[in-house]
Amino acid sequence: MAYVAKRIIIMIPVLFFLSVMVFSLIHLIPGDPAQIILGQDATPQSLAALRAQLGLNQPLPMQYIHWLGMILQGNLGYSLLDHTPVSTLIMQRLPVTVELAIGTVIVAFLISFPLGILAAVKRDKWEDFTALIASTIGLSVPPFWIGILFLLFFTVKIHLFPSSGYVPIWKNPGQNLSVMILPMVATGIREAAVLLRMLRSSLLDVIDHDFVRTARAKGLRGWTVIVRHALKNAMIPVITTGGLQIAGLLGGLVITEEIFSLPGFGSLLVNSVFSRDYTTVQACALIAALLVVVVNLLVDLVYGLMDPRIRLQRGKS
Amino acid sequence: MALASGIENSPKPQKAVRKRNRWYALWRNRPLIIGGGVVLIVLLAAIFAPLLSPYGPNAIDTNGILQAPSAHHWLGTDELGRDEYARILMGARTSMVVSLGALIVGLVIGVPVGLVSGFYRGFVDDWIIMRIVDAMQAFPFLILALVLAAMLGPGERNAMIAIGVGYVPIFVRIVRGQVLGELEKEFISAARMIGASDWRIMWKHILPNTLTPLIVQTTLAMASGIVAEASLSYLGLGVQPPTSSWGTMLHDAQGYMGQATWLALAPGFAIAIAVLGFNLLGDGLQRWLDPRRRN
Repeated sequence: MAYVAKRIIIMIPVLFFLSVMVFSLIHLIPGDPAQIILGQDATPQSLAALRAQLGLNQPLPMQYIHWLGMILQGNLGYSLLDHTPVSTLIMQRLPVTVELAIGTVIVAFLISFPLGILAAVKRDKWEDFTALIASTIGLSVPPFWIGILFLLFFTVKIHLFPSSGYVPIWKNPGQNLSVMILPMVATGIREAAVLLRMLRSSLLDVIDHDFVRTARAKGLRGWTVIVRHALKNAMIPVITTGGLQIAGLLGGLVITEEIFSLPGFGSLLVNSVFSRDYTTVQACALIAALLVVVVNLLVDLVYGLMDPRIRLQRGKS
Repeated sequence: MALASGIENSPKPQKAVRKRNRWYALWRNRPLIIGGGVVLIVLLAAIFAPLLSPYGPNAIDTNGILQAPSAHHWLGTDELGRDEYARILMGARTSMVVSLGALIVGLVIGVPVGLVSGFYRGFVDDWIIMRIVDAMQAFPFLILALVLAAMLGPGERNAMIAIGVGYVPIFVRIVRGQVLGELEKEFISAARMIGASDWRIMWKHILPNTLTPLIVQTTLAMASGIVAEASLSYLGLGVQPPTSSWGTMLHDAQGYMGQATWLALAPGFAIAIAVLGFNLLGDGLQRWLDPRRRN
């Protein structure tokens, strides 16, 4: 309990600084933000109206307090394009990105688990080297290039999957999967490479422990020892890495959504950038960072639950 | 026997053996050799780009658009008839310049902050600097770069800043962690006892000992910088046309995938090779600089 409380107390200054950073974003725009947003042809009246809408007339600390008050009430502001609440825009787009992220993680686990276990069990044999080379290549090839190659081959050359036409999974699961499978695999390959390495080294650490030797001495079969004894203990760092990857994944998904024309959170951000809808950009940055903070906190708590030593050690410090 | 032990105890042969072992370990360090070789090739291509191709990267040839690879145009031509090979070489320069610039931004801010923060610790370190670092790390790397590039405006310089800011928390954490470890050591107490100032202890005694993880991290940061630059340029927020960038080239290629497959292959392959080189170099350096892993 002390550990959980400490983790949450530490989050308070983090969230404060995070809010200051997101608030400051609009002030990074060189010159008058209202002029940049509306362009050179804007009338003085429209400029004044936008300055009032963004609160740019007030002193900076007042602007921050006003903005924070709105955020704490769940009001992320209004789109500068059509005055739609930004929270509505984000809620419309977020399910696509969440589905893509979940699919990516599933693909990453499906690839990395068999290969990671095989590499650890066959240490220094050709299976191990092949898995390591594959993971090195997987780490180096940018996911967006894999995405483009997939489009080139599966869509343009052999016409196996459509290049666009996203429908929500609850409306048409078949078509949804046919559109989502390529981006999921394209992004999942890199994540799999990271997990594979982590799982291999974590398993190699555990395999040498006494309890694994004891399980073998009891006459358990090789795979039973690995799956039921070693893997269970090797999972802690893998889960941490996996959790942190989910948090970092959000950045990679921005570009994946662009390549595959998916109407997700990332494409909302990119479109808002190009249409100079800075309120939406600001809100997207805030939501992305908050998602990462929450996922990190959950990972940390799960980590603590899985390994009592960490809980005790961090609770004391 | 006495002669043999005399030889064993003499410092010179031992030094020679150590040196030979070090070279042997270097030779056995395949990631370092291969990664170093690839990085050297990429850097040479970036430096000598204009000399390595008879065509200019922006030379338009309307009579030769979307030509397949041939003896004249090794990697074919793009939709404006520009030589793809010349643009790939120039793209290496863009990629290296932006990644190095971003690295410098990250190092110039991250190293001093990490050094001072770890050295003085206390409230400012625990509750302000490290919490700002936490807050910065909450932004996914590419989203931070994208949002900053959007606010600052597209272009090479702003791409460097946008990517470099993402490196700052990484370098602060690495340097601070090393400083905390070094502060426990006896030579720091000795330096304090002979009256060395805080400034001198930080820069002369602690900083050199943080270099090993920093060097490894800088090579890995170069790899992520290459991908980030290509991503920003792909989205139209990095370097602007007509300057060649691997990311912009991939973006343009997507419109011609049915007619000109090669345009989508070369830039992606160049990114993958450069990133692979820096990743291997980082891995190899980590082994080489860490005595426990060297052999």
